[in-house]
Amino acid sequence: MAFNDSIRGIYQKELGDIRSAGIFKEERIICSPQDSEIEVQFPAGADEKRVINMCANNYLGLSSHPDVVEAARRGLDHRGYGMSSVRFICGTQDIHKELESKLTKFLGTEDTILFPSCMDANAGVFEAVLNDQDVMISDRLVHASIVDGMRLCKAQQDTFKHSDMGHLEEKLQLHAAARVKLIITDGSFSMDGDLAKLDQIVGLAEKYNALVFVDDSHASGFIGRTGRGTHEHCGVLGKIDIITTTLGKALGGASGGCVSGRRELVEMCRQKARPYLFSNTIPPVVVSGANAVLDIISRTTERRDKLERNTAFWRKGLTEAGLIIKEGETPIVPVMLFNAKLSQDFAKDLYQEGIYAVGFFFPVVAKGQARIRTQLSAAHEQHHLDKALAAFTKVGRKFEILHKSKQEIIERYGM
Amino acid sequence: MAELKDAILDYVKKEYLEEDDDREISYDTPLISGGIVDSFSMVSLKRFLETKYAIQIPDAKATPEAFDSVNNILKMLEEFNVR
Repeated sequence: MAFNDSIRGIYQKELGDIRSAGIFKEERIICSPQDSEIEVQFPAGADEKRVINMCANNYLGLSSHPDVVEAARRGLDHRGYGMSSVRFICGTQDIHKELESKLTKFLGTEDTILFPSCMDANAGVFEAVLNDQDVMISDRLVHASIVDGMRLCKAQQDTFKHSDMGHLEEKLQLHAAARVKLIITDGSFSMDGDLAKLDQIVGLAEKYNALVFVDDSHASGFIGRTGRGTHEHCGVLGKIDIITTTLGKALGGASGGCVSGRRELVEMCRQKARPYLFSNTIPPVVVSGANAVLDIISRTTERRDKLERNTAFWRKGLTEAGLIIKEGETPIVPVMLFNAKLSQDFAKDLYQEGIYAVGFFFPVVAKGQARIRTQLSAAHEQHHLDKALAAFTKVGRKFEILHKSKQEIIERYGM
Repeated sequence: MAELKDAILDYVKKEYLEEDDDREISYDTPLISGGIVDSFSMVSLKRFLETKYAIQIPDAKATPEAFDSVNNILKMLEEFNVR
């Protein structure tokens, strides 16, 4: 037996090190559909508790929407459970093409290709469209999946300080000689909830003859007046060369992602992107649900409007209660606690109050930037937000951090 | 030597610290393990050294440990006869 005690010991030690570093991740068991209220077992095996969910990416509240569930069920009945194939052998159904076409229209691009996830889209896209004569210049806070995708690509890599347009311009000048220069950014940054300055980025791209890549996973469906995304919000619809996004957050929340953008770049992905070529097609049931999601959000902005109202209420409420939040306008609202242990203790107390939210600390965010990331949903009703706000206020009072400055919190709890 | 040290330190401050970042960086400050430079952004530091001193640092030598402080970087550069 190769997996002997000595080898087992190696992994046990490594897992022990993760535990003692305080970064061991544990899954919370949810015993209900995803929604604004969920039944949670935490720790695993404990009694189920009904809590208000403040940490899902279910921005539009469509994860368990009856129309989406019904469409998924119809897809199951009419197109089956699985395809047992990658896309280009025998894994492309009419509904896959329909979804690609709806995404193209919704995002305002030229063409779209589906991937099993946005992680896969990001893993595959750079290698498919760039070579060693090119350069990728990315914002330093882009999502981990983009970092992984860039690592798989032979093009030169460089980075610019988060949202620092002066630094980006320096880098564009530094790499003026490259065949293709690709500026890479998230649309909405998942940890801070701030938006990329896409209008300025597009301006620089035009000035220096560069292309623009945006991962809009935390924006598609709700940022912008009609929810098209960060490019709509910044007034640059049609000017982004590559958009990647996910079906796993606002757009139904099941799984799947896509690359959407210039026709030739999407075609390059169809020919060369390895996660597309070597991974199974998205199952019909998920595609059917996503088609219904696109129909809903193309028909009405009702849900993104409600999300916007919820976000405004929540941001104002937390600020008036005396908590420090990251300023912004997105439904990602980080409550800043700075100290790692405080973020964990705060989250535990919130759970006791019936509010489910998670504390993040280094290395997920920078040292001294520990926080509880709250996320709003169109599925939240006013009574959910009232209760959550009361809980945040109560716990904040207990830890004596209300109306305290960053400096005062750090002096008391440390970095 | 002192000039070399300062050139690297200046680059690190300019390239990696945000304007509102008041952290002090000295020759021994851990850059990567201290969360100032992430391993991904280390690429620009490598390129800076290669361009400034006309050397090629092979990937095997460009480890997070070798780049973890200005002093570590100096030690690595000695192998390339940069002093």
